[in-house]
Formats: sequence, structure tokens, C-alpha cells
Amino acid sequence: MEKNKKSIGAFIGEYGAFIALALLVIVISCISPEFRTASNFLNLLRQASFNGLIAFGMTCVILSDGIDLSVGSTFALSAIICAEFLINGWPAPLAILVSLIAGTGLGAVSGLLVTKGRLQPFIATLITMTAYRGLAFILTSGKPISRLAASIESDAGAFLFKMLGKGNLEIGPKSAFISIPIPVIILVAAFAIFYFVLHHTTFGRKLYATGSNAKCANLVGVNTSAVKIIVYAISGFMSALAGLIMISRVDSAQCTLGEGFELDAIAAVALGGTSMSGGRGKILGTIAGVLIIAVLNNGLNILGVPTYYQEVIKAIVILVAVLSDRKR
Amino acid sequence: MNIEMKGINKSFGTNQVLKDAGFVLKDGEVHALMGENGAGKSTLMKILTGVYTRDAGTVLVDGEEVTYRSPQEAEKAGIVFIYQELNVLFDLTVEENLFMGKEITKFGGVCDKKAMRAKAQEMMDKMGVNIPVNAVMSDLSVGQQQMVEICKALMVDAKVLIMDEPTAALTQSETEVLFEVMNSLRKKGVSIVYISHRMEEIFELCDRITILRDGSYVGTENIKDIDMDGVVQMMIGREIGERFPKRDVKIGEEVIRVEGLTKGKTFKDVNFSVRAGEVLGVSGLMGAGRTEIMQAIFGNLPYDSGKIFIEGNETKIKNPRQAIAAGIGFITEDRKTEGLLLEKSIAENIDIANLKKVSNNGVLAKSKQAELVKKGIEEFRVKCFGPQHETGNLSGGNQQKVVLAKWIYTDPKILILDEPTRGVDIGAKKEIYSVINDMAAKGVAVIMVSSELPEVLGMSDRIMVVHEGEVTGILDAADADQAKVMTLATGGSL
Repeated sequence: MEKNKKSIGAFIGEYGAFIALALLVIVISCISPEFRTASNFLNLLRQASFNGLIAFGMTCVILSDGIDLSVGSTFALSAIICAEFLINGWPAPLAILVSLIAGTGLGAVSGLLVTKGRLQPFIATLITMTAYRGLAFILTSGKPISRLAASIESDAGAFLFKMLGKGNLEIGPKSAFISIPIPVIILVAAFAIFYFVLHHTTFGRKLYATGSNAKCANLVGVNTSAVKIIVYAISGFMSALAGLIMISRVDSAQCTLGEGFELDAIAAVALGGTSMSGGRGKILGTIAGVLIIAVLNNGLNILGVPTYYQEVIKAIVILVAVLSDRKR
Repeated sequence: MNIEMKGINKSFGTNQVLKDAGFVLKDGEVHALMGENGAGKSTLMKILTGVYTRDAGTVLVDGEEVTYRSPQEAEKAGIVFIYQELNVLFDLTVEENLFMGKEITKFGGVCDKKAMRAKAQEMMDKMGVNIPVNAVMSDLSVGQQQMVEICKALMVDAKVLIMDEPTAALTQSETEVLFEVMNSLRKKGVSIVYISHRMEEIFELCDRITILRDGSYVGTENIKDIDMDGVVQMMIGREIGERFPKRDVKIGEEVIRVEGLTKGKTFKDVNFSVRAGEVLGVSGLMGAGRTEIMQAIFGNLPYDSGKIFIEGNETKIKNPRQAIAAGIGFITEDRKTEGLLLEKSIAENIDIANLKKVSNNGVLAKSKQAELVKKGIEEFRVKCFGPQHETGNLSGGNQQKVVLAKWIYTDPKILILDEPTRGVDIGAKKEIYSVINDMAAKGVAVIMVSSELPEVLGMSDRIMVVHEGEVTGILDAADADQAKVMTLATGGSL
């Protein structure tokens, strides 16, 4: 009832994650001159892009009242599929396309297990997570596949592949341009697309309705099964996209890629205020969550906090942010 | 126990829900608390039992001023609130529920199951109900679950029981058992506050009645000294006129015909048809299969055999989407779990059934959305702050209006309403009847399932009666009466 008044409480509730983010940036900037440089911020954004892309897909899945534990494995498996094709001399655009389709399909399998198989999302994606990781090991026999760019025959293809993870877009006058990493540009574009789809399309409405009350949504003609399959497919696609950026950047692929990524993505979504029981949440919150995690990773490193302590500090920040975000 | 509440004020934010409200409860009486939805009955009781705090006013219990800070404190004092949504653990057994938090133990912490079972059985016997104490709650009927709740209250030696719409989900015979239990409690000196919209029950059961309107105390009467019209007048502050508004509609061509619809033992060989502008009432006891038949027609429940014809053409309906495409709208029995997205706004609830109307090629059009929801709120007179009001915070009647609005804007040819006025106050009921009449006037074929006989008799052109999954008769409203319908509903023949 008090929601109609824009009180300070409501403002904090709505933008809590951004306030937390701003506080973090200010505090770390005050302590460390190294942190507050433009090049470090761009670097930080590039590091955030992997988790960001995955977290966007994760947001959709969680909004549908699901969860996707398989994102890290999908990330690895689809990247390995791309690497295998490249090593075997396929043109880069085709290998990339196949990898993205594979990721989408892998995600859709989770969706089918949830809908047609009537498995709980946690269990369904625990199964796919395990299976995909296993397949990644089988495909590579546990060995890394490296020198990917060098195995691409055409120069244009090699350029395209390298651009994904290593490229920069130079903006501004020649004398004082800033180079924005391509992964950051992909992240921003993805954000815009997700924002539009979630808040301005009928699919977005159907997704929120499905997560809010699937029974009711189904009765007014929403194909809730289709909505669920689609969100897992989206999540798979986003994981594959992030995986491609990763192997482009490191120029090799291996079966342990992306281990534990599901946790960072879920943490980012939770930080952003999306309800774990579906139906409520915003993509804007997720981006704030992604940035909080990135700032923590980057900042704590720069401050020279030992790795073991970093994890505990991260946990505390997430706890505080999520608690303060809770209504009432 | 005597309770006196007076001058109670309560606001949520800027919304004052109680203004000088109150009532007096005497020892060993059944006291009806009536008022339209949103009149403040539940809020007043929640203030008494410490769920909410009051802004002003006094509460006297046996002459002493008290303020309970939690339901547990009120319970200790002997005041127990039995909510409409039962507060039981469905996966546990009856005895486990009864002793939750107050287990009998031995050796300092081990549950003494034997003692608990014996005590539970003793309580059940005392109430005169026959419920196996080792049964799992979810296997019991709603009526039995309610008995367990009452039993739980008696275990803490309740002197005042507050019951909110206890009969809303009960069958006739379960209601009778409940009334017997309530009568015997009254004899033992337990006072009962009885909140209900069912006039007949109140006149059968209660000693006195207090009426609230718009959060304020209107008056208290002995039930002997007042009649139904008087109560209604006090509730709404004016005369309501005809209870069921008249309808003058020319009945047209057949719109839907169902032939031989069968699903195992749930329903068998159901045949009926409804024509344009006609209202078919569907009557029967709880569990007779009425809802299931409607769910099957709407594609939400698979059936074994049978055919559905819409405007003369056989139509296969396997899911709700196909039903909607065929022109069927379905207002379900349970608006909280199936009818509404409770955490979403009025706007979103209306949109979700009308996505094509409020979008262009899959992109939402804000102006179309705003227009539709504005129309909905105005036409259906939904009491709210605006389109963004969360439907979960609306009163029952207003929630039902939102459900009606969302379906009616899909322009259905056939409208199925399952218990459309359950838990809805008299004023809103009449508005819902008007909506049904308007739909019929527009040539929609209306099917209305209802457990309230006066409503079925007052609203229908024909009445189909279902007994244990079989249609036992279809009566013309002109020669139907309560006795005939009840005879058919209980398996008799005319």
C-alpha cells in the first residue's frame, strides 16, 4: 500500500544493488589509485562480460521459477565443440555458428527435462551439468586444445575469431581515443536486447506470468512449457557465447573451462534482487550484481587481499546486499 | 469470556481500514460478524489476536484492558483464530498436527507417541467426530482438516474461537457436522465469532450479529429481532433491491454441445448444450464432478471419450490454448491459485489474457495496455489505487472482478464460470450477476457452476444437476425449485 509513494525505503529497495555497487567503487577507489584508472575499469568490465552474459540467461531461467546449474558445463562443451571444428579446418564463422547452436540445444535439453520430463529444475540441470562436463572430458580426452587462431586458414576468419575476445573498438578522436573491448560491447548489446525482451514484449510478459503462477498462466493460454524450454535454450546460448569469447581470448579450450561459473551467475542474479521463486526481478538488477562481483574480484586482487580471504569477503558482501534488499 | 472492543482505528499507510470499529462478545454465544468485503472484519479480529497493532481504541477482556502482541499471546489467553486458509501441515498426520510444538515427551525429549495418540483420540471423541488420528492431513477432506484445526484450538483450552468463512469449502453434510460441534462448544461456554457471507447459516446458527461497514461499527442486533433484508440494509447502507437482476434476452442458436464426455469414474456420458444468450446453471454436491467436467471442456483435464461441438463443428480441445482459440473463457473456482497472478498488478493480470490486443507483432504497446486496464477498472468498478495495484492486496470481490475483466476482454463465445461469487460480498455479487447478464445479452453462451442453490435458481435459464459424475437431470428454471434440484443432486429421481 505504501508502494505508491516513492519513499526513500522504496528507492533503496529498487536500486539497492546499485547503491551497494557505488559504495564499493568509492571505497576501493579511495584506498587504491591503481583501481581508479580508466584502463582498470575497462579491464574490469571485460572480466565481467563472461559472468554478465551467463547471468542474463540465468535471470530468465530464474524468472521462470527455475535454475540452471549447467551453464558452466555448457560453456565448456560448446567452446570445445568450436575448438574441435577449428582444429579440423572448418571456417571460423561456421564453427562459431555450430557452437552457438550446440549451446542452445544443450540448454533446450535441460528445458525438456524440466517440462516433458517433469524433473525439478535443480535436479534436471544437475544432470545436464554432470553429463556435459563428462562429454567435454570425453571429446578432449582431458587435454587442452590450443593454437586455435593459427589453425584457421582464412585471414578474415582468424581476425573474426580473435576479435571476439581480444578485439577493441576505438572511440573518440585519434589523439585521445579509448579502446572499448569487444566483449564489453557484446555485453552492452546483450543487455539492451534482454531489457527490451523482458520489459517490452509479450514473451517477457509470458515469462513473468509463468514464474509468478504457472497454473494461472497456462489457463489464460500461455504455453508455459514452451516458455520454459525457451529460457533454458537462451541460457545455453548465452553460455556458449561467453565460452566463445573465452577461447578467443586465451586461444585454447579445455574441459575444465567454466567450472563454478553457475555459482557466480546465480549470485549476480540474487544480488540484483530477482526472486529465487520466479516472477519478480529485473535485468537491470542483474547487471548491478555482475558488476558488484567483478569489482570485488578485481578490487580485492589489486588491494592484495589473499585469495582465501577474498572468498569470505565476497560471501559477506553478498549476504549484506541480499539482506538489505529484502522487503520488510 | 467477555470481550469488548471499542473505538478501534487502524491505517495501513494512508489507507484507513478501521475507523471507530468494535463489538462486544458475551460468554458462550455464537456472534456473527458481517460486512462487505473490505469492511474490516478480518482486520478487527487480527487486531484482537495480536496479528496487527491498533492505532487507537481499547480492548477489554473480562473487564481488563489487554494488548496481545502476537497470536501466541492471544492463544495463551484462550483466544484462537481459525483462518479461512487452514493453517495445517499437510504432509504430517492428524496427531502430529495436533501436538505440533507441544508434544508429550518422556525421558526428557523423546516423543511419547502412545500418549499423544490416546490424547488425540480422546479429543476427537469429545468433539464427536470420527477422523483417524494417524491419517495424513492431505488425505482428509477440507471439512475434516477444519475439524482438526478446531480440535487444535480446543487442545489449548480456547475460550474464544474466531472462525473466518469456515464453511466456504465444505459440503452440506460437513457443514452440518461443523454446526453440531459449534453448538456443543457453545453449551460448554465457548464463545465463537463467526465470519461468513452466508446469510442462511447465520440465521440458523448465531445468537447475535454485529455489522461493520467501511471499517466502522454499524450496529449489533439479536438474531431474533432482524431479518435478512435488515442485515443487508445495515451492511450496504441502502436497500439492495432485487437480489438477482432480471434479464431479458432472446435465446439464439446452439453455441456449444457436449456429447458423451467420459473420464473414468470422474464423470460419465455427459451430454448437454448451451445456446447463445442462455445461462446454464450447473448444480451438484461438492465432489460430484462439476468442476472436472468444465476443466475437461476447457482442455485442462484430459478425458477418455466424448465429443465437443462448437457452433456445430466438432472441435478438438487438448489444452487451454485451443479452448481459448475456440472462443471459450474459463473463470476458475480458485481465483487465488488459478485465477490471478497475485503478486502482479491489475494491469499485468488483464494483459496476460489479452496479449494480442495490447501488442503489435509481439512488442507491447503501452497506450493500448493503459487503455484496456483503464476500461477494465472503470467498467467493472474495481476498487483500487490504480492499474499498478497488486491484485493480492485487493478484496475478494475486487479480485473476482479483475478475473472477469481479463476474460471478458478476450471476447469469448462461451463463458464458463466456476463458483463465480464464492467469498464475495453481497454488493459485488450483484455486480457479478449483472456482468453475467450483460454477457448473455451480447449472445454469449454462459455456463455457471455454483454450490449456492438460490444463485443457480435465480440466474439460470436451465439447470443441469450432476450426481457422482453423471447428469441426473436438466431442468427448466421455470419449473425448478430447491427441493427438485437437491433430489437430483443426491441421486434421487423426480
